[in-house]
Amino acid sequence: MRDRFALFALAGLALMVAAPFLLQAVLPANQAQFWTANVLGRAVVFGIIAMSLTFLATYGGFISLAQMMIAGVAGYTVAVFVEGAVPRIVGGLGYGLAIPLGVLAATVMGLVVGAISVRTRDIYLLMITLALSMGVFRFVETNIAWFNGYEGIRNVVGPELFGLGFRDPWLFYYVALGTAALLLAGVLYLVRSPFGLVLQGIRDNPRRVAALGYDVALHRIAAFGVAGFIAGCGGVLATIYNIGISPGSIGLGATVNVLIMSVIGGLGHPVGAFLGSLIFTVFDTFAANLYDRDRFNTLIGAVFLIIVLVSPDGVIGIGARLRRLLGGSKP
Amino acid sequence: MGVNDRMDLAATIVLNGLTLAALYFIVASGFSLIFGLMRVVNMAHGSLYLVAGYVGYAVFEPLYDRDVWWAWYAGLAAGIAAAAIAGALMQKLLLGWMQGQELRQALVTIGVSIIAADQLLALYGGNPRQFFAPDAIFGSTQVPLVGGYPTFRLVQIGIAVAVGVSLWLLLNRTRLGMMIRAGVDDREMLGACGVNVPLVGVAVFALGAALCGIGGIIGSTAQPLAMGQDGRFLLISLVVVIVGGMGSVTGTAVGAVLVGLAEQLGQALFPTYSVILTFVIMVAVLALRPQGILGRA
Repeated sequence: MRDRFALFALAGLALMVAAPFLLQAVLPANQAQFWTANVLGRAVVFGIIAMSLTFLATYGGFISLAQMMIAGVAGYTVAVFVEGAVPRIVGGLGYGLAIPLGVLAATVMGLVVGAISVRTRDIYLLMITLALSMGVFRFVETNIAWFNGYEGIRNVVGPELFGLGFRDPWLFYYVALGTAALLLAGVLYLVRSPFGLVLQGIRDNPRRVAALGYDVALHRIAAFGVAGFIAGCGGVLATIYNIGISPGSIGLGATVNVLIMSVIGGLGHPVGAFLGSLIFTVFDTFAANLYDRDRFNTLIGAVFLIIVLVSPDGVIGIGARLRRLLGGSKP
Repeated sequence: MGVNDRMDLAATIVLNGLTLAALYFIVASGFSLIFGLMRVVNMAHGSLYLVAGYVGYAVFEPLYDRDVWWAWYAGLAAGIAAAAIAGALMQKLLLGWMQGQELRQALVTIGVSIIAADQLLALYGGNPRQFFAPDAIFGSTQVPLVGGYPTFRLVQIGIAVAVGVSLWLLLNRTRLGMMIRAGVDDREMLGACGVNVPLVGVAVFALGAALCGIGGIIGSTAQPLAMGQDGRFLLISLVVVIVGGMGSVTGTAVGAVLVGLAEQLGQALFPTYSVILTFVIMVAVLALRPQGILGRA
């Protein structure tokens, strides 16, 4: 079953690599570019952030609502330290230093969140991570000296690569896709390692794992650190995609959106995060044509609610269910 | 600043903190009740606050324009009823049949809160509204050390105390309270005794939502009602309940007082960092007593 998922992921990756070319063949040039940058690119970037949640949920059983906030920590770190951001808070660093610094900050934040919530599970964990991320949001929103308050920090454009601006649609898309593929491969490798197996043991029965002599708390905190690293990579890309960052991008809405993506895709496999974010982004882009321009939230809320009510394991779960229905009871 | 001035300032800050705590207690007690008895994290609790506020205002406004003295009370009643009905419907239609699947229930309430916030925005628009308190509890009262203080804020404390006491009496001294507490300990046995358990669940949800509804009207009289308040009051309910202890009326009161005082004190002492104080308290409690100050282990 796992191998079939891996095959599925490879096929998906190939499709994503080819997508800009396919789009260009089918659609007029400006529409193809829009799809590449604003639908696929955005979906991949937010898919990375959603995957950090899916990773925790799938292999550790932790539903953390802090992942968007952690991504925001990376984004804010880059925006505060990089040269050229407006307003200049600290500045002086090039992207080559600022981006690793941002990812590092997110990893540390992930470890901190993991440490704070280490004695809680399930809905308690959900409540505490939500409270933590709302706390950071309120802090960032009211602090002018470091984060420029409500306005946020603008003009984070990313480095130049191969003589192209980072926000060139094709370049950005392939960098994002490459990052996502590497992170996904890393996650799939990690969960087969001893660390990953202990993590899954903790998900199934923490007391037994403790009785075997493993340090449950340390493994949990480390898992949150890994998720923080993933979210940090996504956060840096999202900040460059938005040409800056403001408190709204880590607010309650953004936090819940990441949860929606993960749940719609399915919390059973990390690939679900990308499926979910793609569905979410397509809905977001075309909600105006479906229901009402301003009522996107009702639409996506209803989709989310239906998924939770009908198929708690998301789109992946629907797929598995259909296969079972059509193909008899193949395991 | 003289010693007397400083005393006055301290008294004002404490009184401000207590009035805020009163509002937080009223809202969070509903959240705590539902969580403690039903094990449901109601992420739509803030939406119930908005529902009460907007529906209450829709009733209040035309009456107030005609100068009817009971306009505010009618708004209060309508707001409470709207929240209670919304809560009962949520439990009846969505949450009741997935009893025990706590995480799934939390996700369902998140979905509900997204849709509710968006539909309220569509119905009522984004303009902030504010109730005017009735004449009887309007104006200011002389308080020792503080001087003139808005009467309504003092009434707020009174209402919170009344809510707390009646909630305690209801749970500990009435037949319904007995059934609720029995249901927490052993649902199946309670059902076997001939009690309609699902109906008790709906009643608890309606009660918790009604408490949030009271908070919605009181809160929208003391400060403007606007979109975004749902997130704020959800967050406050979470923090108050995490700090005070889940499902305990006294714990919720302790949590509300701590959070209210911390917020006012923080704003007076270090305005831009005041939010951090609240969360330092939360993290400290989690590290030392994960079940909350008065929570059962």
